[in-house]
Amino acid sequence: MGRTLAEKVWDDHVVRHAEGEPDLLFIDLHLLHEVTSPQAFDGLRKSERRVRRLDLTIATEDHNTPTLDIDKPIADPVSRAQLETLRRNCAEFGVRLHPLGDVEQGVVHVVGPQLGLTQPGTTVVCGDSHTSTHGAFGALAFGIGTSQVEHVLATQTLPMARPKTMAITVEGELPEGVTAKDLILAIIAKIGTGGGQGYILEYRGPAIEKLSMEARMTICNMSIEAGARAGMIAPDDTTFAYLKGRPHAPEGADWDAAVEYWKSLCTDEDAVFDAEVLINADELSPFVTWGTNPGQGAPLSSAVPDPASYEDPSERDAAEKALEYMGLAAGQPLRSIKVDTVFVGSCTNGRIEDLRAAAEVLKDRKISDGVRMLVVPGSARVGLQAVSEGLDLVFKEAGAEWRHAGCSMCLGMNSDQLAPGERSASTSNRNFEGRQGKGGRTHLVSPRVAAATAVLGHLASPADLSDAETRTPAGV
Amino acid sequence: MEAFTTHTGRAVPLRRSNVDTDQIIPAHWLKKVTRDGFEDGLFEAWRKDENFILNRPERQGATVLVAGPDFGTGSSREHAVWALQNYGFKAVISSRFADIFRGNSLKNGLLTVVLEQKIVEALQELTENDPQAEITVDLQTREVRAEGVTASFELDENSRWRLLNGLDDISITLQNEADIATYEAKRPSHKPQTLKV
Ligand code: SF4
Repeated sequence: MGRTLAEKVWDDHVVRHAEGEPDLLFIDLHLLHEVTSPQAFDGLRKSERRVRRLDLTIATEDHNTPTLDIDKPIADPVSRAQLETLRRNCAEFGVRLHPLGDVEQGVVHVVGPQLGLTQPGTTVVCGDSHTSTHGAFGALAFGIGTSQVEHVLATQTLPMARPKTMAITVEGELPEGVTAKDLILAIIAKIGTGGGQGYILEYRGPAIEKLSMEARMTICNMSIEAGARAGMIAPDDTTFAYLKGRPHAPEGADWDAAVEYWKSLCTDEDAVFDAEVLINADELSPFVTWGTNPGQGAPLSSAVPDPASYEDPSERDAAEKALEYMGLAAGQPLRSIKVDTVFVGSCTNGRIEDLRAAAEVLKDRKISDGVRMLVVPGSARVGLQAVSEGLDLVFKEAGAEWRHAGCSMCLGMNSDQLAPGERSASTSNRNFEGRQGKGGRTHLVSPRVAAATAVLGHLASPADLSDAETRTPAGV
Repeated sequence: MEAFTTHTGRAVPLRRSNVDTDQIIPAHWLKKVTRDGFEDGLFEAWRKDENFILNRPERQGATVLVAGPDFGTGSSREHAVWALQNYGFKAVISSRFADIFRGNSLKNGLLTVVLEQKIVEALQELTENDPQAEITVDLQTREVRAEGVTASFELDENSRWRLLNGLDDISITLQNEADIATYEAKRPSHKPQTLKV
């Protein structure tokens, strides 16, 4: 019988298989950041172990880093301590680190792919749930806990039970103006935040094949919000073209050997998935969340749902609680929801294509009075690229704040936070209570919707912007 | 990891159900960079009340927590296990544990023992009435013993073997070091390397 993409990559990494035990998997790439690594290094030190494969390990700083005044000492002592600990640990153990201020610094899931380290058919782990992002390359990528981080540092392997596989087939074509973010929000609304539990998802079908690498990363990034262990997309010419010439992409004969291997990484015709979901892209439109989990979303053109309309009592209860927290009423059109803050960034939508999409909408326009807009590139490199294209000027002229790279308001571990009761349209991935700041309310949106929302001051898509009203003539 | 064969100690009866990981160790403790020093964060909110059982002088030095059902629900933070261990607990007894918490506890050598609710209550009653009463948790015989109580408990063979021998996952994996080396030797050269530019 044929095998799925996930099974092929899994099989290629089994170091040891024994009945009644989890498989021992080899890890090709281990990404580290400051929040989940300190206790792992501490454990190594205590047991007098070293990092087994420094050549497969890399660290950067992202969760705690400030996005302003990065040349000054970090004000928050706790954040500073975490960053300093990472620096000390990397120096002591010999791990390559890209600290704040370095050109390769940035959100760990943006840094790996842009260096060309994330490659098809590899296993990638990181002490962060959004490691699923790397699956966009046909890599098997898992988020892990701190004990597992230590385990990988010491052994370059991880004992794991083989997950089940689920195909998410997206037929048709995304309509004009509908993006990968809208698609993944619609998928999660359909299968639920627990729908992927125990599975590795494989996104496939014509609509997925047309997507750029950036868009594929947006999709795989949010697999975890559907409860999945990982998400994957089979590598193809788009993948190879993205990788070619990147700093860590193979070269010469290695490149040819790699591409030959990568081409074998697709689900066989006769392979069987444990579950299958079908989505039609033709029917999609811009999608936003109204609640406090990523599954509580709806088309922007619709209204806040009535909790009473849910048959499942726990869903009804969750919807009621969400509306109360979000300060919304059932039946209220989603377009009528006013926001205070717009955040463009994160490992979901902080890549260059995302910034271009937002800038295209904002060009020659101004953001609404009273709206604060933060644009935070996913990495320092993305920031440089944006500057070279003049995108930073577009943002600044529109009235947005152009910041340095990091996780920033995605989780508010630095000072970029919502105040209690404040409402944001955010291109990040989690709208949990208090995620962006205590008492803050988050609507997850695409970069295009974020930009249009900033201009109008309420949830909106670029289609809602009338040129005559809002475009300031060039030169004004 | 320290081996766990048998342990005898005084107990803290905690008559609350659904004690979640936020109560065991509040989120603001997660910025700490060590596995040590979480003892002061353990049940931090409740400990502000001087009558909370952990604060009672007769409970100092207790090492067995006898908790209500559904202990350890909520987030996956391993810090919850570390906090209990840092405080001095060697074993937690309850009729039901949250999955992830239980997995984390066994990974770290904190023995989580599942007993029937009525036996848990008997142990709570015993140790409430007599703070000096000791409980023995014997992993070799898979038995909990205290005055008037003898109860056997289940634990899968693999976890039991690891705890009895003090083997953490890393030590176990390193027993198969030869397999890792063999795998590494045949790994293709086109695979990415972080140190090669
Ligand atoms: S950008 Fe957000 S989701 Fe991504 S790694 Fe940072 S905090 Fe996590």
